[in-house]
Amino acid sequence: MVGYLISLGIFTATFALFSLGLNLHWGYTGLINFGHVGFLAIGSYTTILLGIAGVPMFFAVLVGVVLAMGLGFLMGIATLRLREDYLAIVTIGMAEIVRLIALNEDWLTRGGRGVYGFPLPFVNFNPNVPTKLGMIALFWGVVGVAAWQWWHWLERRYGRSRPPWLLPSYAALFIAGTLSLWAALLPLSLGRGVATFPFVLTWVTLGGAIALMSYYCRPEKAAVLVIALNTLAAALVGLVVKALTLGLWDFSYRAGLLWLLILVLALVVWQLERLIHSPWGRVLKAIREDEEVAKALGKNVFAYKMQSLLLGGAIAAVAGAFYAWQLTFVNPDGFVSLITFQAWTIVVLGGAGNNMGTLLGAALFWAYTALTRFIPLDGGRLEALRMMLIGLVLIILMMWRPQGILGKKEELSLGR
Amino acid sequence: MVDEPSLVPVSNSVSQVLPSDLLVATGLCKSFGGIRAVDNAEIRVVRGSITGLIGPNGAGKTTLFNLLCNFLTPDKGCVIFDGAPISHLPPHQVALQGLLRTFQVPRVLSRLSVLENMLLAAPLQTGEKLWNSWLQPLRIRQEEQELRQRAWTILESVGLAAKANDYAGALSGGQRKLLEMARVMMHRPRMVLLDEPAAGVNPTLINQICEHIVRWNQEGVTFLIIEHNMDVVMSLCQHIWVLAEGKNLADGPPSEIQTNPEVLRAYLGQ
Repeated sequence: MVGYLISLGIFTATFALFSLGLNLHWGYTGLINFGHVGFLAIGSYTTILLGIAGVPMFFAVLVGVVLAMGLGFLMGIATLRLREDYLAIVTIGMAEIVRLIALNEDWLTRGGRGVYGFPLPFVNFNPNVPTKLGMIALFWGVVGVAAWQWWHWLERRYGRSRPPWLLPSYAALFIAGTLSLWAALLPLSLGRGVATFPFVLTWVTLGGAIALMSYYCRPEKAAVLVIALNTLAAALVGLVVKALTLGLWDFSYRAGLLWLLILVLALVVWQLERLIHSPWGRVLKAIREDEEVAKALGKNVFAYKMQSLLLGGAIAAVAGAFYAWQLTFVNPDGFVSLITFQAWTIVVLGGAGNNMGTLLGAALFWAYTALTRFIPLDGGRLEALRMMLIGLVLIILMMWRPQGILGKKEELSLGR
Repeated sequence: MVDEPSLVPVSNSVSQVLPSDLLVATGLCKSFGGIRAVDNAEIRVVRGSITGLIGPNGAGKTTLFNLLCNFLTPDKGCVIFDGAPISHLPPHQVALQGLLRTFQVPRVLSRLSVLENMLLAAPLQTGEKLWNSWLQPLRIRQEEQELRQRAWTILESVGLAAKANDYAGALSGGQRKLLEMARVMMHRPRMVLLDEPAAGVNPTLINQICEHIVRWNQEGVTFLIIEHNMDVVMSLCQHIWVLAEGKNLADGPPSEIQTNPEVLRAYLGQ
């Protein structure tokens, strides 16, 4: 259970990081990037190949980032001056070129046979007790800040008339729900079926938390859905938090990887939020809305689009390093265009132009993938069914809530 | 199509620039396929003036505007702003020289607040450089505060302060016109090209817009205005240029233009 949750956590966080790059491109700058996986591929391959060559891991990732930015520069030079659909076409082509190079340049990437046995972080790392405690404390610090921010955000957005006891009771119900969910799932992971009492308790407590919060934001009906999905996603994150705390104590390579990944993710989200709310981010949003206006007001639109493309690509390249470290075996099949569209699903699901939405989208997407695994079908059919279901979910979402789960409805009704 | 005789050489036109001229464009040509939208047009705007540009629909006025601030590259001709040629500059550089424009159909940034629309317009902000977010965060915060204050002052002066935190996309057509002009003023321009500031606006608001233009003009901003509303043109402008079928038809003070038979023929038909 701990191992499974940690793996799930790594996948979720990697895809969250990857999608944050895309959200910068599409959600904030309006660049249609259908080749985001190209940045991921370059980040992955550079990191592991340089790692095999003996370059320290930090520098290997750094070179990967620089090369991914190089790819972004090529894409940008070729297309950013043209209409935006050209960018869509060229990016998808570029990503395929990267994948095909990886597939065919056998001397470099071992082609379809893939690369394995590359150095991994934390593999020979045996922390003593103070180090472990320090890592756990740092992790909990990040979780604490994130939880506080999350609560603030939820409250700012929906808490209209909140009594002072709302936060403690919501938090208590939420924590009780997360712990009973853990208790319910633990026997399942040992093959002993679901424990009924904790399972019922989970729904009662989480349902109570959702109902409590929803009661205090009656003016907006859709808020109930957002709060419910938020609370459920947060409960899943809570499971991962508990798993990682246990995992860090009995230190394993994957626990270390997730720990590092969460620190990087927190850093990236924090800095992205800062940038988006800076004058620089304001220019990006202006370009998304109407680049002619930005131009008429003296902004060098090309330079800003390029910076956005490079920065988003760099973030994706970092995600690529973690992607490779998690898989421990990398071949070109891991970088098909489907990965790009999974990131698009995540961004659209959560609401474009909203970093919190992207995080929520990633959590929901991987919760979906994890849950559908238990549908009793063979591999191929399951895969097909999953794709159909997520497609259906997206269609329903687009009809019913086109702005995404966290998107603001007012934004849709605005005239151009 | 018959080729026109060769155009006035650039060197000659440069020598015709007077020190009192802020913007001079000579021999401007622009064709779209076989259509000569602007054909050897000339325009001069005196420093500190409000100058009008009129002409029947399809005369090429908006195209001329686009040529002046390089949103379109002219096929021929040259634009001189404050004594220096600007035809080779990209549009955003033209704006940084102090030559700003508005659009015929107002273009506001819908999903940004009215205040953000204003803040965006300030030129050369420290925080617009990506790395300055890390290098000079304090200076950015300070600048933002100053800009906010200036934006509030301007918004209050045009009566949009109550809407400052609304999405710009939620504004009515007239309010959008006001926001677009206020936004341009946030840039501290030397000259503004206004494309039909009074089109589709109710009479009360037209009067307000005219008052704002006069006030900004007194603060030292030069205006070139395309407008179909003759009352507005005649009351605001000191000098008027008339364009028809991409060519200069006439120019002069309002009283002269009003009685010019050629202008009347162009507007009213034969």
